[in-house]
Amino acid sequence: MSSSDKFIAGAYLVFLAAVLLYVVIYSFKISRLEREVAELVELARRRRAA
Amino acid sequence: MWLAAAAAALLVAGLGLALFWIPEVEGDPAFPIFYLHVPIALTAYACFGWAAWKALRLLWMRESSYDLESYTAVHMGVIFAILTLVTGSIWAKYTWGQWWVWSSRQLVLFLVLFLFYSAYFMLRYSVEPGPRRANMSAVYALFGIVLLPVSFLAIRLAEDVIHPPPVVVTREGPQITDELMLVFVVCLAGMLALAAALYTNELAGKRLDGSLRELRESLQ
Repeated sequence: MSSSDKFIAGAYLVFLAAVLLYVVIYSFKISRLEREVAELVELARRRRAA
Repeated sequence: MWLAAAAAALLVAGLGLALFWIPEVEGDPAFPIFYLHVPIALTAYACFGWAAWKALRLLWMRESSYDLESYTAVHMGVIFAILTLVTGSIWAKYTWGQWWVWSSRQLVLFLVLFLFYSAYFMLRYSVEPGPRRANMSAVYALFGIVLLPVSFLAIRLAEDVIHPPPVVVTREGPQITDELMLVFVVCLAGMLALAAALYTNELAGKRLDGSLRELRESLQ
């Protein structure tokens, strides 16, 4: 691998890592939203039962 | 969904062509970084421009939903601006032997643009949510639009001896071969599609967050 190849690979990896990081952060966010929806559904069920 | 698929297809095709099809550009063996760095920078400008457009719509139409759209566009723009600075620094380290050069007006102006939009978040989160925050954020995002042409034209007007001159948009037309131009256009389209996909997802997530908060308040 030449010196320029290392820099090219570095730049492309930074971009790939940023996209992957975004996907990871977003999957955490989706999990949180799912949990909140489940909590609200449970709350609504309890209110209906009461 | 189709935006994300289009972004993935275009970026894989464009960056793949840049790495494996385009012959080495004489004098700059690290030129494939161009296909990443320039589309990312132009996408950052597009995001900031979109944020200003939404901010203008908010101030004009008094429609509160534009606040979230403008904010999300700034959010995306800042992410692409960080990537512009990082990929540019990597290219600079190979070509100039330095990560950053303070004497380059183009670099410093882009940094100013990035810092300006980073301060947007400080302003936004220092004010209570509501119409006042929406208006202040919108005015700030609109001010930022002034910096865009300055930053974009700096590369042309500054006669920068360090940052390479523009090769795509020039008065004499593109200064690169048709093959290079084709790959550049594919990469730019892919990057814009990626930004649009991220913007749409982020906006949907933020709207869902708001709706859930409202629902929780009404249920408790």
